[in-house]
Amino acid sequence: MIEFILDLIILVFLLVVAVTVIRLRDLFAVVMLFGIYSFLSATFFVLLDAVDVAFTEAAVGAGVATMLMLATLALTERREKRPTHTPLIPLMVVLATGALLVYGTTDMPAFGSAAAPVHTHVAPHYLYESPKEIGIPNVVTAVLASYRGFDTLGEVVVVFTAGVGVLTLLGFSRRERDESENS
Amino acid sequence: MQHHLILRVVTRFVLPFILLFALYVQFHGDFGPGGGFQAGVIFAAGMILYTLVFGLDNATRVVPPSALRVLMASGVLLYLAVGFATVLLGGNFLSYDTLAENAKDGQHYGILLVELGVGITVTSTMIAIFYVFVGRNLPSDDTRAGS
Repeated sequence: MIEFILDLIILVFLLVVAVTVIRLRDLFAVVMLFGIYSFLSATFFVLLDAVDVAFTEAAVGAGVATMLMLATLALTERREKRPTHTPLIPLMVVLATGALLVYGTTDMPAFGSAAAPVHTHVAPHYLYESPKEIGIPNVVTAVLASYRGFDTLGEVVVVFTAGVGVLTLLGFSRRERDESENS
Repeated sequence: MQHHLILRVVTRFVLPFILLFALYVQFHGDFGPGGGFQAGVIFAAGMILYTLVFGLDNATRVVPPSALRVLMASGVLLYLAVGFATVLLGGNFLSYDTLAENAKDGQHYGILLVELGVGITVTSTMIAIFYVFVGRNLPSDDTRAGS
C-alpha cells in the first residue's frame, strides 16, 4: 500500500515536471527541471528494485547530462523562441499516435505479471544459473558483462563513437589550436 | 571562480571522496550495484566539478585532452582485447571461461577487465566532451568581459 502511494506521488511529480518543461520558455529552468525529472525517475527505479538503473539515471541523467546541457546553454541562447504558429496538426498526430500505442498496450501482459514472456524466457536461467556459471552476486553485472558481453561491447563503441563525433564536430579547444598555430 | 572561497574549500574536501567512490563502484560492481558505466560517469562528474571550480587550465593540467583521446580508444581496445584473448585461448568471443584454469575465476577476470574498459572509455569520453564545450565558451567570455 505504502509503495503504491509512493509510486503514485512520484508519477504525479514526473507528470507535473514534464508538463512544466513543455510550457516553460526559460531554458535554464528547463535544464534544472530535467535534472529533477532524472532524480524522480531514479527514485522510481529504486522503488521498482532496479538499483543499477537508478544509479545510472542519477549519475548520467541528473549529473553529467545536466552539466552538458548547461554548457550548451552557455554557448547558445537562454530563452527559447516563441513558435510562430499554433502547433495544431502536430498535436493531432501526437494524440493519434499516443492513442494507437495505448491501444497496443492492451494486448501486452499485465504490468508485473509473472507469466509475462520476459519473466519466463531467459530471466529464470540468469537468476538461478548465474551463481553457478558466473559466480558473482550481482546478477545485473553478470548479465551485462558476461551473458550479454557482446551487447555491452556495442554500447561502449557507441559511447566512443559519440565522443569522437563531438570532438570532430566541435573541434579541439581553440586554445589548443592557437598553440599549435603558434608553434 | 577565484573568489568563491566556500566552493573551493568544499570541492577540495569532497573531490577525493567522489573519485574514491567512483573507484569503489568500478571494482565493487560484481557484488553491489554499479559497474563501469556508473563509475565512469561518477569519476567524470568529479573531474567536471574540479573544472567548474578551478578552471579549465588547471583541469587540463591534471588530465590533458591528448591523454583523454588515447584513453577513449584504449578502453574500447581493452574490451576487444579481452574478447580476442578468449578466442585465442580456445573459447568463443567474450566467453571468459577460458581466461583462467577455473571457469568461475575466468569469468571474474573477464568481467573485471571488461568493466575496466567500459569505465575508462566512459570517463574519458565524458570529460573530453565537457572540455570541448567549456573550451569553446572561453573566447566569448573574454569578449564579454572586454566590451
